[in-house]
Amino acid sequence: MSDVYVMGVDMIKFGRFPDRSVPNIGAEAALMALDDAGLGIQDMQALYCGNLGQANAMVGQRILQEIGQTGMPVVNVANACATGATAFREAWMSIKAGMYDVVLAVGVEQMGKGLLGGAGGGDGIPKEGLLGSGTMPCVFAEAGMEHTKEHGTTFEQFAKISVKNHHHSTMNPKAMYQIETPLNEVMNAEMISYPNTKLMCSVNVDGSAAAVLVSEKKAKELGMSRAVKVRASALASDPFTDRDLVMPDVNACTRLAAKDAYEQAGIGPEDVNLVELHDCFATAEMLHYENLGLCKDGEAGKMIDEGHVELGGKVPVNVSGGLLSKGHPLGATGIANIYEICTHLREEAGARQVEGARIGMTHVIGLGTACGIHILEKVN
Amino acid sequence: MSETKPLPVVDFLKIPDDGDPYLEGYRCKKCESTYLGERNVCSKCFARNEMEVIKLSETGVLHSYAIVFRSFPGIDVPYISAIVDLDDGGTIKGNLINIEPDPDKIEFNMPVKITYGDALGRKDKEGNSYLSYFFEPA
Repeated sequence: MSDVYVMGVDMIKFGRFPDRSVPNIGAEAALMALDDAGLGIQDMQALYCGNLGQANAMVGQRILQEIGQTGMPVVNVANACATGATAFREAWMSIKAGMYDVVLAVGVEQMGKGLLGGAGGGDGIPKEGLLGSGTMPCVFAEAGMEHTKEHGTTFEQFAKISVKNHHHSTMNPKAMYQIETPLNEVMNAEMISYPNTKLMCSVNVDGSAAAVLVSEKKAKELGMSRAVKVRASALASDPFTDRDLVMPDVNACTRLAAKDAYEQAGIGPEDVNLVELHDCFATAEMLHYENLGLCKDGEAGKMIDEGHVELGGKVPVNVSGGLLSKGHPLGATGIANIYEICTHLREEAGARQVEGARIGMTHVIGLGTACGIHILEKVN
Repeated sequence: MSETKPLPVVDFLKIPDDGDPYLEGYRCKKCESTYLGERNVCSKCFARNEMEVIKLSETGVLHSYAIVFRSFPGIDVPYISAIVDLDDGGTIKGNLINIEPDPDKIEFNMPVKITYGDALGRKDKEGNSYLSYFFEPA
């Protein structure tokens, strides 16, 4: 099986674009990624398009209607917050399978404002606020409080994650926000679901990201100078755990995907130089330090207290600003974080550059549950 | 409107004509995994048609929680969204009531019991009332 390389990758600056269509937002990133690869739409052999909000509306084809209808196969993908990563992985698999040498993956989302999620639904009466809460800030607060129960993790430690990611985003011109949020500001912001304040919740934004993936043969033909090698692509669903059907278990699913990814790459967590992980809420990021093996179980609080996950630390996490400050356009997120890692491996990340980065990891998790992990490696 | 029996808020809440309401579970006879609501296949051990219907325990312990201060429009806040492990198996989510929504007052693993009551005055389009379950400190 051929190795797979990212030859072009880009994302638009995340923001709010209510006057644009979903395909139009996706088309912009697609063209940027093609330009980055030095290729045109006519060079692509297939398109894998990730979008959640219009999952039944042929977004991939509508993107091609804006940038070039070659008749190539298009697959539209939806997998909750792992949608973008799943589209990228489908593209990766098509090259691994030997079907194609050059394919395009696009992730795009247009979000409304406000709370996501909801308990129950269907017949009868609304269940929200009656049988607990299905809002995302609450669901991830419950997951964070499980960590508090086991390891004594504090509200302040969770809040520090948000301080860190907002700080990182001040160095990322493509992030939604470039604003410092001191600890007291994070902790005193409106409480949404304890222990997540408003500044500890990801930002609903519109956005898109895209990548051109190529086979080794094609990469050599095009030149390897800015190519990034895909060392692993893992996808897991939620394995059975006792509470999973009532309380989605993002830990077991992430650990399963991480194990697969490390095995594929033949490396361990100690070899990873930077990570973009799914900080949909500050409480979630804390869990994934341990789930991804960046530290031992019970040491996540120490990771943030001692600065190991900051830019300049042992393993910087979410130097893009993460979902908390860069923003979280659901279907785009899984490719946007691949863009971030590639940008560091290409030594093009400017002020937020992780020096000497050779291997980076991306992680997304969609409730329901889907976890996508990619490990990327610098070629030159 | 005449006095009619309330409807159950979820299918696994049973309201017998003669007797107290209770929560119904399905337990796998092979591996003892406990589920809320009817099913035929065990998602842990994959056994088919090995489910037995059980009455779930009315007591348990608080596994995890969050205190909800912002919900959808029209939903009263704050409230405690709680995950409870029932004493004889099964995990269930609901509102924890009759305790202050303050993290200093709520303890992990605190014993709780299930109570039943009107679904906060909520009615469906036909005007039917509903019976819901809640947790309270035991």
